[in-house]
Amino acid sequence: MRLKFEKRPEPSRFMLYATPVGAVIITMIIGAILFGVIVPPPSQGFVATPAVPPPVDLGTILSGIGSHLSFGLQAVYQVFIAPLVTSYKWGDIAVKASPLILIGVGLAVGNRAAIWNIGAEGQYVVGGLAGVGIGLLTQKMTGVWILPSMLLAGLIGGAVWGAIPAALKNWFNVNETLSSLMMTYVAIHLMNHMVTGPWKDPSGFSFPQTPLVTPSQTLPIIVPGTYVHLGVVITLIIAVVVWFLMSRSLFGFQVRVVGSAPNAARHGGFSQKATVWMVFLLSGGLAGLAGIFEVTGPFGQMSLGFPQNYGFTAIIVAFLGRLNPLGVILAGIVLAVTYVGGDLAQSSLQLPNASKGIFQAMMLFFLLASDILIRYRVRFISNAPAPVASAAAMRSPAE
Amino acid sequence: MIKLNRRTFVAGAAAAASLPMLAGRASAADPLKVGYIYVGPINDGGWNTAHEAGRQQMLKKFGDKVTSQYVENVPEGPDAERVLRDLYNQGNRLLYATSFGFMDSAVKVAQAFPDVTVEMCTGFKPSSNNNLSNYNIRFHQARSVFGTMAGMLSKTGVGAYLATYPVPEVVSGINSFTLAARRVNPNFKTKVIWLNTWYDPAKEADGARALIDQGADVMTQHTDSPAAVQVCESKGVPTFGQGSDQSQFGPTMCKSSSLDLWGAFYTTRTQAVLDKTWKPEDTYWGMKEGALDIAEIKNVPDDVKAAALKVKQGWIDGSYNVYSGPIKAQDGTVKAAEGAALNDGDILGMNWLVEGVDGTMPS
Amino acid sequence: MSVEFLISVIITIVGASTPILLAGLGELVTEKSGVLNLGVEGMMLVGAIAGFATVDMTGSPWLAVIVAALAGAGVSMIFAVLTLSLRANQVATGLALTIFGTGLSTLIGHGYTGRPIKPFTTIFPDALALHPIGRVLFGYSPLVYFSFIMVALVAWFLNSTRPGLILRAVGENDLSAHSIGYSVIGVRYGAVAFGGAMAGIGGATFPLVLTPLWAEGLTGGRGWIAIALVVFSGWKPTRLLAGAYFFGLLGTLELYAKASGTVFTALLPSEGWAALPYLATVIVLAVISASKSGGGNAPACLGRPFSPSA
Repeated sequence: MRLKFEKRPEPSRFMLYATPVGAVIITMIIGAILFGVIVPPPSQGFVATPAVPPPVDLGTILSGIGSHLSFGLQAVYQVFIAPLVTSYKWGDIAVKASPLILIGVGLAVGNRAAIWNIGAEGQYVVGGLAGVGIGLLTQKMTGVWILPSMLLAGLIGGAVWGAIPAALKNWFNVNETLSSLMMTYVAIHLMNHMVTGPWKDPSGFSFPQTPLVTPSQTLPIIVPGTYVHLGVVITLIIAVVVWFLMSRSLFGFQVRVVGSAPNAARHGGFSQKATVWMVFLLSGGLAGLAGIFEVTGPFGQMSLGFPQNYGFTAIIVAFLGRLNPLGVILAGIVLAVTYVGGDLAQSSLQLPNASKGIFQAMMLFFLLASDILIRYRVRFISNAPAPVASAAAMRSPAE
Repeated sequence: MIKLNRRTFVAGAAAAASLPMLAGRASAADPLKVGYIYVGPINDGGWNTAHEAGRQQMLKKFGDKVTSQYVENVPEGPDAERVLRDLYNQGNRLLYATSFGFMDSAVKVAQAFPDVTVEMCTGFKPSSNNNLSNYNIRFHQARSVFGTMAGMLSKTGVGAYLATYPVPEVVSGINSFTLAARRVNPNFKTKVIWLNTWYDPAKEADGARALIDQGADVMTQHTDSPAAVQVCESKGVPTFGQGSDQSQFGPTMCKSSSLDLWGAFYTTRTQAVLDKTWKPEDTYWGMKEGALDIAEIKNVPDDVKAAALKVKQGWIDGSYNVYSGPIKAQDGTVKAAEGAALNDGDILGMNWLVEGVDGTMPS
Repeated sequence: MSVEFLISVIITIVGASTPILLAGLGELVTEKSGVLNLGVEGMMLVGAIAGFATVDMTGSPWLAVIVAALAGAGVSMIFAVLTLSLRANQVATGLALTIFGTGLSTLIGHGYTGRPIKPFTTIFPDALALHPIGRVLFGYSPLVYFSFIMVALVAWFLNSTRPGLILRAVGENDLSAHSIGYSVIGVRYGAVAFGGAMAGIGGATFPLVLTPLWAEGLTGGRGWIAIALVVFSGWKPTRLLAGAYFFGLLGTLELYAKASGTVFTALLPSEGWAALPYLATVIVLAVISASKSGGGNAPACLGRPFSPSA
C-alpha cells in the first residue's frame, strides 16, 4: 500500500482555506488526548511522576480514563475556547495578537517572494531599541511629536537591521535564512548590553531595565477599561493596506512572480535584488514597529524579558494565515488565544506553561502536513507503480 | 503604561464588577482567595521552591478559611500583568508577586483594582490606592554567616562569589559575605563574576570552574540553579546553597544553605487581610522574625560551626551586625564610620562594593 | 599562568565544545543531504531530558546515551515525515520542531527538577585520568572521546565511502541522483535521523557530564550555535571540529577573563563576547558565499524539497 501524490491541475482553493481550520481542530482533538494521557488531573499541583502506582482493575482504569479524558477536554477548552467566550479576555487577545499580526504580515510578503526572513525577532528588538534611544533623548520633554518620532525610529531601526541580511544576499550571495537568524542573536546580545549598561534606569536600583516611558511616550488606550492601545488599530490598518498592495498593486504582483517563477520575473524586468531589498525593508520595518509598539504600550520599558519570541511565532502565524495578510489577522488571533488560554489553563487547571508551545507547534505541524493536499491529490494504491525515471526524463520539472 | 484618569479607572471598575460567574463576588463567608505568581518553576530547588513552601505553610495554618492558586513560569512584563488580572478576575483578592521583575505589573494591577491587596517581593514602588506593600528578607544575614565560615575554612584567603546582575540584593550579599570573612581574616578577598543571566546552568558551572581555577577555595553563589554547588562538590571546594537546602547536590561540600522561610510572613499578612487589619507597610524581616535560617551545618570543624551559630544568634539577639562600621568601599570612601552602621535604605539601595572585593561593578 | 591553570582551562573548553560539536556533526550530515533542519535546539532538549530520566531511573549513563539518541532521532522523524514525504517547508517545520521539543522536554521534565544524578565518570584508569597533567588527555567523559571518533568517522564516511558519496550527490543535485536510481527520500530520512540522534546525544551531554541536574531549557540555546557552527565550518567535518573548539574557547575565555579581572572585558563588553560566534559566522558566511571557487559552499539543494516530476 503506497501513497501516491497526483498533482492537481490547479491548487485547490477549498483546501487552501480548509486546511488551517482543519489544523486547529485536529490540534484540539489530539491535544485533548495527549494532555489527558500525560498530565494526570492534579489534586494539589502538577506532578508528572506518580509516587505510588495506583491499583489496576477495571474500575480504576475506567475512572482513570474518564478523569484523564475530562482533564484533556478541560485543558483544550481553557486554552482554545475560554478566552473567546470570556469578554474581558478579548482585550488581552487583541493586545497579544497585535505584534504577531504586524510581524506576520511582513513575513507573509517575504515568503510570497520565496525570501525567508527568520530574523524578525532581531528586527523587533532593534526596532524597540531604536525607539528607546529616541525616548531617552526626549525624556525630559513633552509634545505630541515625541511618540510618533519614537514609532518612526522603531520602523527605521527594524528596517536597517533587516537590510543587513538583504545586503549580504545581494552583495555576497549569502543564504538569508542563516544570516537573518544569526543577526537575531547579535541583536539580543546588543539589547542585553544596553539594558544592563548604558541605558539602565539610574533610579532603578540597578535592575536591568530602561526607565519607564513618560506620558508623552505612551501609546494611548483606545478602548477604555482595557489595555487595547493605538498600536492594535494601526496594525489592523497596515494589514489591510498590505493586503491591498499584495493583491492589487504592481508591487504585489512583482513579489508574487519573483517568488513563484523567478525566470519569468527576470524576463519581465523584475529585479530579484530590488525585491530582496524591498521585502527585507518592509518586513524588518514592520517587525521594528511591532517592537516599539510593545515598548510604548504593554511593556512601558525595555527589560531583559523583552524578547518574547514573537518574531518566531509570527512565522507560524504567517503560514497559518496562508501568507495572506487578511488570513494573518485571523491566524494572529488564533495564536493569541493560545497564549491567553494557556495562562487561564495554568491558573485554573495547573496545566503546565510548556503546553502552550506544544499546542502551537502541533498547529503548525498539522498545517504543514496538510499543505500537500492543496497541490496534490492523495491516492492509495495497492501495488508499486511502474518506475518513474523514464517518465521524469520526458517531462520538465514543474513546481 | 495605561492612561490612568478617573474615566478609565471608573470604566475599568465597572467592567470588572459586571463580570460573569468567573469573577465571583466574595461574600463575608466565602474563603479568602489568595493568588501567587512565580517567575520560575516551583521545583527549581531554590527561590521558587521556597516561596511555594511558604504558601503551603500558610494554607495549612488557615484550613478552609483560605484557598489559593498559583501560576509558575510567569514572564516578567505585560504577561505578568495579565496573569495577575486573571487571578483577580477569578476571585483572588490577595496577590503575592514573588520576583522583582513583577514590580511594575503589580503596581498597575494594584492601581486598577482598589479592592485587591498586593504584596510585592523585593520591590520598592507604592500604589496610589494604598493597597500595595513591598516585602523582603534580610538575605545578607545568612551571607554573613557563610562569610564567617568562609574566612575560617579558606586556606588561600580567596573566596568566590558567582553573581548574576548587580542589583542591590546581590551586591549586599557580596558585601556582607566579604565583610564577615574579613572579620575572621582581614586579608580575605572575594573574587566576583557577573554572569549576566539569572539562569543558565551550564554557564554557571563554567563560571564556578573559572573562579576555582583562579585560586578561590571557597565559594557561594547567587544563581537560580544548583549547578555551581555540583561543581564545588566535584572539585572539593566548600560552598553554600541558597534559597533551600541544596546539600543533596553537594553532600560533602555544601556546608549549609540559606533557607528563605516565607511561611511566617505569608501567614502574618494573610491573617491581617482576613482580620481586615492590613495596612500598607513594607516588611523587611530576617532571622529574628523567623524569615531566614540556615540549613544544618555539616562537615566542618567544630570551631567553624560554633562561630557560624554565634553569628546567627548575634543577628537574633541584636549583638551582631555585619554592617556596623568602619566600612570602606573599594574606592576608599568611608561608607560607615566607626560606631555607626548602615541603615535599611543603604542596604536596599546598595550599589557599591566593599574593600576586599576583587571585581568591579559593571557600568 | 601555570601549567595547572592552563590544563584546567583546556578541560573547561573541552566541556563547553563537546555538545555543539556533537549536534553540529549531526546537522552537518543532514545539511549535506540537502535538508535544513532548524529544530536542533528542540532535539537537543528532548535528548537531554531522555538522558536525564534514564539515569534517574536506571543509574546507567551508557543506557542514557542510547535512549537520548533514540529520542532525538524519534523526534526528528516528525520533521522528516513532514518535509520529506509531505513536502512541507523545511524552515517552518524546523522551527515548529524547536518549539515542540522545548515544550515537550519541559513537560516531561517537570517531575525531575531538583534531583541530582550521577554523571559520567572517566573511562581511563584513575592513574591516568586523575593525573594532574595526564588528565588533559585522559580525564574526560566517554562522550568527549566519542565526539572525536565521530568526527573522523563522518569525515571518512562522506569523503571515502560510496554511501557518503551518494549522500553528497543527493545534496548537490537531487534530480540527477534520482535519475540514476538512488532513493533521495530514503537517504534524506537517514540523514535526518542521524542528525536527530547526534543532537540527542549532544543535548544529553549537559545532564550527563556538565551539570548533572535537569532544568528547563538546560541547553541554553546551544542548538542555535550548533547550526551556526555548521555554516561556519563550510560543511566540512574537520573544520567543524576546529570551529566547535573556537566557539567553546570564546565562551570560556569570557568567563575566565572576568574571573581574573584582566583587560579582556575592557576590550569588548561581555555581551560582545557572547555575540561573537554569531558575528563570526555571518562574516564567514559572507566570505565563503561570495567566493566563486565553490570550495566548502552550501550543498546546492539545501532547504529545497525534492520534487521529482512523477
